[in-house]
Amino acid sequence: MYEKDGEKYFIVDTHMHYWNAAPDNWVPGAEQYAKGWIECFHAYQGLGPKETHWPIEKFQKYSEDDLMKDVFEDGHVDVAIFQPTDLKEWYKEGFNTTERNAALGEKHPGKFIANTRFDPRDSDAGLEELRRHVERYGSRGVKLYTAEWNNGSRGYKLSDPGAYRFLEKAQELGIKNIHVHKGPTIWPLDKDAFDVSDVDHAATDFPELNFIVEHVGLPRIEDFCFMATQEPNVYAGLSVVIGGLMHARPKFFAKVMGELLFWVGEDKMTFGSDYGIWEPKWQVEGFVDWQMPDDEELSDYQKLTTATKKKILGLNAAKLYDIKVPAEYLVPVQPGEPAAKDDAQLVSGQ
Amino acid sequence: MREDVLTALSTVRDPELDEPITALGFVASCTVSADGQARVRLRLPTYFCAPNFAFLMVADAYDALTGVPGVRSAEVILEDHFASDAINTGVAAQAGFVASFDGEAVAELGDLRAQFLRKAVMAGTDLVCRPLIASGVSPGELVALTLGAVPHSPELDRLRQRRAELGLPADDEAPLLIDPVTGQRVDPTAVPLHLRKARVTQAGIEANTSICSGMLGHRYSIRGVGAEREDSGGTSFGTPPEISPQPPVPLR
Repeated sequence: MYEKDGEKYFIVDTHMHYWNAAPDNWVPGAEQYAKGWIECFHAYQGLGPKETHWPIEKFQKYSEDDLMKDVFEDGHVDVAIFQPTDLKEWYKEGFNTTERNAALGEKHPGKFIANTRFDPRDSDAGLEELRRHVERYGSRGVKLYTAEWNNGSRGYKLSDPGAYRFLEKAQELGIKNIHVHKGPTIWPLDKDAFDVSDVDHAATDFPELNFIVEHVGLPRIEDFCFMATQEPNVYAGLSVVIGGLMHARPKFFAKVMGELLFWVGEDKMTFGSDYGIWEPKWQVEGFVDWQMPDDEELSDYQKLTTATKKKILGLNAAKLYDIKVPAEYLVPVQPGEPAAKDDAQLVSGQ
Repeated sequence: MREDVLTALSTVRDPELDEPITALGFVASCTVSADGQARVRLRLPTYFCAPNFAFLMVADAYDALTGVPGVRSAEVILEDHFASDAINTGVAAQAGFVASFDGEAVAELGDLRAQFLRKAVMAGTDLVCRPLIASGVSPGELVALTLGAVPHSPELDRLRQRRAELGLPADDEAPLLIDPVTGQRVDPTAVPLHLRKARVTQAGIEANTSICSGMLGHRYSIRGVGAEREDSGGTSFGTPPEISPQPPVPLR
């Protein structure tokens, strides 16, 4: 919970992690990838305020106490959603697994939601693991990292037949939310790995599932925006947007927020800190204080209301995950159409 | 001759960011021996930057070097990247992308390059049109404009060049607003959406460029070779922190 100027904000951190990327977890022979991955994440942390930077040793493996303090005690978060990424080709026990996340979550009832993950290339064994995880951890969402390396393959698309089989199974098991994270590799390598058209296909074919595209499809924000406008069940995950731009590049942050509010709309944007990349404290406090600047170049972008910020910081995600929010945090329901409907008609009618 | 080699390198662009690799700070070192051996080392913002774009930059740099008069042999090495070996070996052997990534790719990278040139055309359309709109030109007037009728600016030159690279009309008589796939003039009813798409494409490129610049700065403390040659606004790593295009006409 965060309170500022008499307004109360219920905070759902929809995208955070509890990883182990320390050298003793690196797979022999794959050390360069394990090291390269975590150093890349560490460079992202450099885009946050200097006083929030960690030495690489802590960044590789932060403690349970660090996480509880940074996210809940200092970070204002009410409910945090673990988004696992296995990367078992590089990390012996996995980078940020469902099991590791859930074990921490079980010690702190009510604080966490443990999502799981799947990889369509794992076939029948993967389907069985998905079923076990959903039953064991009560997962309502999955995180999909499409660039994960798996047994000689460097990635998959959500539109692959194998992926549809997993999406069907996930839906059958009660999964509601699919968090998609695009990465730099895929098969075939000559195609743009960050392309989001496969999410478009899956979102059309699975209208009961919600597709939250993490870091709003960056580096393909424009493709994501065109797609999200046309698909009512596609959401913008703001991880990296707030963490990577709000402090380091405020003007570009303003432009990206302006574009997202126009194309996607404030009812379909969700806050995610990407912890341990960035601590939620400065992101939550900074975003509550933030407003679209009075700049000629930004003049046709929407200003943010308190209600906009409350939705983005927690209320939208609470709806996706059926989290009960006390009445004092809610905003009055606005009558009328969803923000993006007119634009959807504009695009589909061209 | 090193100046000529750097000038040649400045024609090589990151296809996603649509900026010269020199200005982006991607050239780690550049040496030319007295007998014409040019050696260049490139670096990228992360170990995991997409291998297809990385390959294009290394291959384009190699081609740029070999085109410089007096260069007798060229070597381009990509440092600190997960696919460095495959890319460096493949480019040195002039093997192409498919052969360099055996079994992992099905086509060369022409389509990918064209796809991103089309994004560059959209982004360039935004850079040219926004000042016009700010000066009072209506969407209806924009759609009637030809390239020759738009006041001269570096952004207009750049837009013409990108269109020409794609084989799209780029002469004085060509419409300002065209579909970047077909080259057809944009329908007047579609102008508002076309301009919004152009704007979000430019915003995306700016955001990506700023993130890449920050990542590169975290990774390497030494400025890139040739970065100081560009009008980069004086940041440490070549790219400006906030790109503000010079308006070709007075703002309102």
